[in-house]
Amino acid sequence: MNIILNGKPKELPDPLGLKSLVERSCKDKSPVIAELNGEIIKLPQREETALKEGDVVELVSFVGGG
Amino acid sequence: MTTINTTMQDSPLTIAGKTFTSRFMLGTGKFKNKSDVAESITASGAEIVTVALRRIDVERHEENILEYIPEGITLLTNTSGARNSQEAVRIARLARESGCGNWVKIEAINDSKYLLPDNNETIKATEILSAEGFVVLPYMFPDLYTARALVKAGAAAVMPLGSLIGSNQGLKAKEFIKILIDEIDEVPIIVDAGIGVPSHAAEAMEMGADACLVNTAVATAENPAGLAEAFSLAIRSGRLAYLSGGPQAQETADPSSPLTHFLYEHDRSS
Repeated sequence: MNIILNGKPKELPDPLGLKSLVERSCKDKSPVIAELNGEIIKLPQREETALKEGDVVELVSFVGGG
Repeated sequence: MTTINTTMQDSPLTIAGKTFTSRFMLGTGKFKNKSDVAESITASGAEIVTVALRRIDVERHEENILEYIPEGITLLTNTSGARNSQEAVRIARLARESGCGNWVKIEAINDSKYLLPDNNETIKATEILSAEGFVVLPYMFPDLYTARALVKAGAAAVMPLGSLIGSNQGLKAKEFIKILIDEIDEVPIIVDAGIGVPSHAAEAMEMGADACLVNTAVATAENPAGLAEAFSLAIRSGRLAYLSGGPQAQETADPSSPLTHFLYEHDRSS
């Protein structure tokens, strides 16, 4: 399946849940916030959220800032 | 840390009902080494620290900034990168979802040369986010009407710029910040942006600012923790001067020693 992950096309195995995508995308323990097609997916709902072809996913985290 | 011994009693800085001993807020951007972030926060005594949100880089490992921020520090997420109120609101909602609190510094900037805040968009974002229960600290161009509108919109503080972000130019907007200090009593006035050296921060505090936020100057110093401590002392110094009611400048001299009257007596007898 092909999705847009953080603005870039990404090919992923099908089926894949949002929780698994976050785990494979993040190599550290910083809290990651996930947005699917413009909507925030809360942490408890990530597991049951299945990705589908054409989904747009944003994964964001904290960085240094003023 | 040097202790200033004084009988002067200062009330704590209160933002949205939360009290802080330190009037120095530190930003965590631009540091070369993350270890300097932790050391600078400790040296600064800051109790409020700003962070930002970015897309994670799925290709490479990035260090988690939160690991370098000591426990008990209030995190203030900056909406930097937002070009308008909708984007600022989106960033704030994402930040809250992290579970790291609901304190947000609104930055709505649509100008890459001067990075000046868009006051109108900032008011709109403040209104929306305050209504959603966020503690909103808007970064703004020091304009009295905007400050009043921000207070009305529910801002927990108002953060006027001293000068352009990252410019180290000091208080170019001093006279207009002073108007906000004189006229806005409902919320703290926190001078943010452009503070390059400790004397700039002291100057802001001497004229009655409630706090200062510094990032670039500390982050880009040869010894960030050293400069963080210098800023901390300057902010305390400026605050103490303000509370002590320092004098105003005047046009003519006023002797600080008594005049030697016997010389005049001598002149008269000769």
